[in-house]
This record gives sequence, C-alpha cells and structure tokens, in this order.
Amino acid sequence: MNKGLDDIFSSFDGKEEELIPLLQKVQNTLGFLSDDSMEGIAKFTRIPLSKVYGVATFYAQFKFAPVGKHIIKICHGTACHVQNATAISEKIMTEINVSDGGTTEDGLFTLETVACIGCCSLAPVMTINKDTHGKLTISDIPKIIKQYN
Amino acid sequence: MKRRILTCSGTGCISTGSKNIIEGFNRALKEKNLDKDIAVTFTGCHGFCKMGPLVIIEPEDIFYCQVQENDISEIIEKSIENRGVVERLLYEDTNTKTRATTFHEVDFYKKQMRIVLSNCGHINPESIDEYISKKGYDGIKRVLKEKTPEDVIEDVKISGLRGRGGAGFPTWRKWQFCKDQESETKYLICNADEGDPGAFMDRSLLEGDPHAVIEGMLIGAYAIGASKGYVYVRAEYPLAVNRLRIAITQAEEKGFLGDNIFGSNYSFSLKIKEGAGAFVCGEETALIASIEGKRGMPRPRPPFPAVKGLWGKPTIINNVESLGTIPHIIRKGAKWYASVGTEGSKGTKVFAITGKVNNTGLIEVPMGITMREIIYNIAGGISDNGKFKAVQIGGPSGGCLRKDMLDLPVDFDSLTAAGAMMGSGGLVVVDEKTCMVDFAKFFLNFAHKESCGECAPCRLGTKQMLDILEDITQGKGTKEDIDLLEDIGMGVKKGSLCGLGQTAPNPVLTTIRYFRNEYEDHILNKKCTAKACKELICYEILEDKCTGCHICSKNCPVDAISGNPKEIHTIDQDICTKCGLCYAKCPNKFNAVELYTGVKSMEE
Repeated sequence: MNKGLDDIFSSFDGKEEELIPLLQKVQNTLGFLSDDSMEGIAKFTRIPLSKVYGVATFYAQFKFAPVGKHIIKICHGTACHVQNATAISEKIMTEINVSDGGTTEDGLFTLETVACIGCCSLAPVMTINKDTHGKLTISDIPKIIKQYN
Repeated sequence: MKRRILTCSGTGCISTGSKNIIEGFNRALKEKNLDKDIAVTFTGCHGFCKMGPLVIIEPEDIFYCQVQENDISEIIEKSIENRGVVERLLYEDTNTKTRATTFHEVDFYKKQMRIVLSNCGHINPESIDEYISKKGYDGIKRVLKEKTPEDVIEDVKISGLRGRGGAGFPTWRKWQFCKDQESETKYLICNADEGDPGAFMDRSLLEGDPHAVIEGMLIGAYAIGASKGYVYVRAEYPLAVNRLRIAITQAEEKGFLGDNIFGSNYSFSLKIKEGAGAFVCGEETALIASIEGKRGMPRPRPPFPAVKGLWGKPTIINNVESLGTIPHIIRKGAKWYASVGTEGSKGTKVFAITGKVNNTGLIEVPMGITMREIIYNIAGGISDNGKFKAVQIGGPSGGCLRKDMLDLPVDFDSLTAAGAMMGSGGLVVVDEKTCMVDFAKFFLNFAHKESCGECAPCRLGTKQMLDILEDITQGKGTKEDIDLLEDIGMGVKKGSLCGLGQTAPNPVLTTIRYFRNEYEDHILNKKCTAKACKELICYEILEDKCTGCHICSKNCPVDAISGNPKEIHTIDQDICTKCGLCYAKCPNKFNAVELYTGVKSMEE
C-alpha cells in the first residue's frame, strides 16, 4: 500500500466514527480521494468499500479527481446573489474557459461555486486558495486571475 | 490601565488587510521604543465589517475605520504619542456628516445591546487570561460551588432563553428531558454547522469569544449530566476551528476541561468534529449520524435525541449562540436576562445584516426591536440611494417581509405568524433591483441541492417547485402555476421528514403571499419589474441618443453590436447574451442604451 496512506493511518484507530476525519486527512494530504486511497481506507476501517463511497459522495467537500494548482471558490450566498454573483461567475468561466466544478486544461485552476463563505459584508466575494477577494466587479476579474500562475 | 491598540481580526477584516496592520503597529512601536508601554493585540469580529479593518485605541475607545498600512505612523503620532485623533479615519455619519471619536457614538452601535457579543472585538480570542479578566469561567465556578443541576435548569427556565438555532425551543425544557433520562453516558453537542447562506453569527462568536461557548457547554453538560461533548463545526470555517482548538487546549491546561473541574467531582471533555459540507447536517439527527461517521441523513423522531441520540445515548444539541449566552445568565442572573426582550422571547438576538444596506455587519439587539430600527437606525438605511423592497430573514427556511411590515417587532412568535422565521439570524435586505421570483428561486435551488434525498416530499417536491419557478422566470409560466406552487409547497411542508424540507417552501410561499403581483407580472405580462430575469429583458440602443462612439461594441464580449464609427449602432438580439456591459459602459453623457422588460422586450 501507498506509504503516504500508512503514515496517515498511523494516527487513527480505524473506528467507524473516524471515517470522515480520515477522508478529510487523506484529501488534505494527497489533494483528492483516488480509487486506491478509497480502497486503502475501506481495508483499514473494515468498512465495505461501497459504504465508504456512500459516505464520501454524500459530502460536498470530497473530490474524486485531481484539482488544479489554484482553487477558485465563488460565493453564491444570498448577499452575493443580490450583488450580482452570477455575472461574476460567468465572467470567470469565460476568462479561464472552464465550467463550474471543472479544472482548466493546464491544471492551473479549479472553479467551484460555493453556498456561503461567510464574508457577506464583502459581497460579491470569491476566494482563491486562502486569499479573499471582495467587493468584486466584472472588470476586476482579469487582473485578479493574472496574479496566479 | 495599559493602553492597547486593538485590531479587528474577524474574517472580514483579515481579508481587507488587518494582519499587515497589526505587524505594522508592532514594527512602528518598536522603532519608537514604545512597545513596552503599549499592547498591540488582535480581536474577534467587532461587527462593523463594512468599515474594516477596524482599529480601536483603549482606554479612550478611539475608533478608526478602514485603516491602511500607511495610516499607522500618523495614528501613533497623534493618538499614542499625543492625545489627539486622526480626524479623517474617524467614522463619518452618512446623514449628519459628523464624525464620531469613539464607537459608542456611532449609530450602528448605539441601538445595539451586546450581551453574548460583549467580549467580541474587545479581547484577544486566543488568550484565556483575557477571557478570565472579563469574569470568564466565573459562571461555571459558581455553578459547581453553589448550584445543583436542578438549580441551573431553573435559572435557564426563569431567563426564558429559547434556542437560537432557529426554531426557538425553550432551552431549559430540552435540558430537563435529558436530565430525566437514566444513563451512565450522556452527550452535549454544540451545533456550529452554520450553513445558511448569508449568516455568520456563530462563526463570529466562535472566532471572537470561543471560551464563552466552552463555558456555556460546561454549564449545560453539568445540568444534564453529560461528561462528553462535541463541537460540530463547518469545515468551511478554518479560523473558527483553529481558535476553538486553541481555546480547548488552554482550558485543558488550566484544568477547566478534564477531570474534577475546580476540585469538584464533575468531569467534562470536549472534542471538535469538522463537518464536510452538507447543509442538512444542521438538523439534529443528521448531525448525529455525521459524527458517527455515516451519511448525514435525518431519521424520524421520536425517539428524540434527548432520549436516544449519539450512539443511542441521551444527547442534547444546542446552538453556538444559545451556549454562549448561558455564562452571562449565570453570572448576571436569570431575572436580569428575562428583563430584556418581549413576553415570549427574552433576551437579545445576534443578526448578520447584509445586502443593500449602508452598514453591513454583525449586530446584537434586544428582542422586540422593530425591523425598521434595525435597517434604518443601525444599518444606516438602503445603500446606493436605492429603495427598500424586502428583507429576507431566516435564510432558506425563512421568508421575505414587505415594506408595510417594517414595524413588526422582531421575536420568534411574530415572525412565525408572518410566515417567516427567526432562523439562525441572517438578515438580507434587498432593493428594487432584486426580483422576488428570482430570489425565491435562489433559495429553493439551494434547498433542492442540499436535500439529502431521503424522503420524497422534499426530494421531489422542491424539484417540481424549482421547475415551475424556472418556467415563470423564463416567461413560460401559466396562470395555474401560482396555485400549484402553493399546493406543492404545503405538501412539502407537511410531508417532509426534517426541518430542511418542512421549511424549504417558506421563501416561495411568503413571496407569493407578499409579492403576488410580481409573479403575476412574470406570467401574464412577461414582465420582470426588477429587470433581473434575463429571458424577460432586452437591451436596445436609442437612435436619437447614440453618437456612434463605438464604446459599447468594443466592450461587447460576443460581438452582438454592429455599426460603423460615428453611425448609430444596433444590437443583434439573437446574439446578445444580456450581460449588460453595453448598458454599463455607455457614457453617462449619452445614456444611449436602454433596458426594457415586458411587452416591449417580447416584440423584439
């Protein structure tokens, strides 16, 4: 089995209640949940693989394909919605040529629409990795995107 | 008292650069050899997010807004080395144009009553000693010394505290149920899975005063007889998780968490569980399933969690704000708390106010205050000279209130009677540019996506309602659609298993109730008065105003505008994506692009 996985498992007991923290740790370390790592988790916890997938696919946080170098999260919470978040999303999609949930061909960006980041006072808002960009206008987008390469 | 420079480090202020400000103050004070006399510290959210980054100088409480790094030396020179103020950084009242020196003079704070938020923005949330200096942990100390679990429940009963997570169930009654259960093991869970879009109260409290929540849990667990606790917090709130983790470690080091707390035979341990992104996990039984490592799906009640909860043991789940209020009730007295608020809703409520108002941010007000006072006195009225249209309260479970309901006192019962609900406390104000049908569609779309799919009324009902709303916003609605929406909506409310489904139709039902004319306009006149529904609008260039300056066609992303320079331009409606850039870019001196809706747009 993958050495990275063994390292992660060493801090867990393999109880059922640890399944979600385990999935989180594996995704944080490896970037996404590969088929191999899902099988590893199933073996380690002795939970059937189908059930591990059942839990993982239920939660929006888990990804089953590699993600881009930079993750763009566009907030579509209520405050952002009334401040025209849809237009911001459309602009970003045309700017980097990717649809919601997708990753650009060069692997630079993954685009996600999220329900609420909780910075409603800065609406409309998006985060790229750990940076928050608030009070966005359509014309800000190209400048911001260019900062990441 | 040592002078202090407090810089707000809530998520809002961090994103506008407060970290650099703190470093800047530290550097500048060191250079001037003032770092021994002046303490620089960061705090949790002070509330006035719109004006961030916020800097407060204590003990004078000088209040600086939108501070930038290059303001630092001037602040030190005028307010630290001398006793003056930097006039231009003080808050200016938009109406009176006067400047306020301290935050006490600012309207945004004047009408507020801060109990649960009293420490937020005033102490360093990563320091247990600062919390203790504000009488922190005195509540649990007193409880362990003087009170039986029955006394604590009686106190909470007298205080009239109702659950702040949304439904408003009396906290004492919940605790009593659990206390009455015979069981070796019981659990207390703090529900910090704040998933409502447009709400950030719980996050701000966890980020600003995490020890208050821990102390509340200690008191609650003592009352119900629990020795283990969990805080279930959204993974999307990394700062809150981090500060909570620090707070738990500090409390353990001091012996406030663990075995034999304050020398008594009471023991309590606390763990954090991070959510993984599912709105339905805010529902008690789904949350329990998620902690157990399962899909977060609700189950029928009874048995209620107070009888059979986590791993089959009696479990109480309280909201962050409810738990954060408990230490204040114990310290200052239940009768004092009950003296605030209305007959049926005691105390204060924290709201996150956002949308089209001048002062967005986090506020705490006494129950019974009117919506008008919140929107016009505290939040400073509608932004961009807009006109108030509605206020949405309670997120995807709540409803929209109209202008003529602004004088409604805000409490659990009056809001429920109006078809809305308190919810966790998100207030979103919208102006005439928001289409109420589209707004209802937005919330329903959220509820539909977050429906766990377990019960048919919620899974299928929200989908059917969403399809109908989609048709209406595209101008394909029929006369029968409004009745059909109400019919399905009532079915979903009655037939759904958990709170998500039971409340999901509320935004649609209240907008039909209070804004029926907008639904009818969309259906009968193919008209969206707010000019927000793309299928019902069109942009056109006015022949008598266009000078052929070419700016619109240069900006059009899909090349839908044609016309030679200096000649009148036209928009090809078949190509136009209605992005509105031509409308925005046409110079004000011409204003040659017009936006139509209704019959005019249909003729094109």
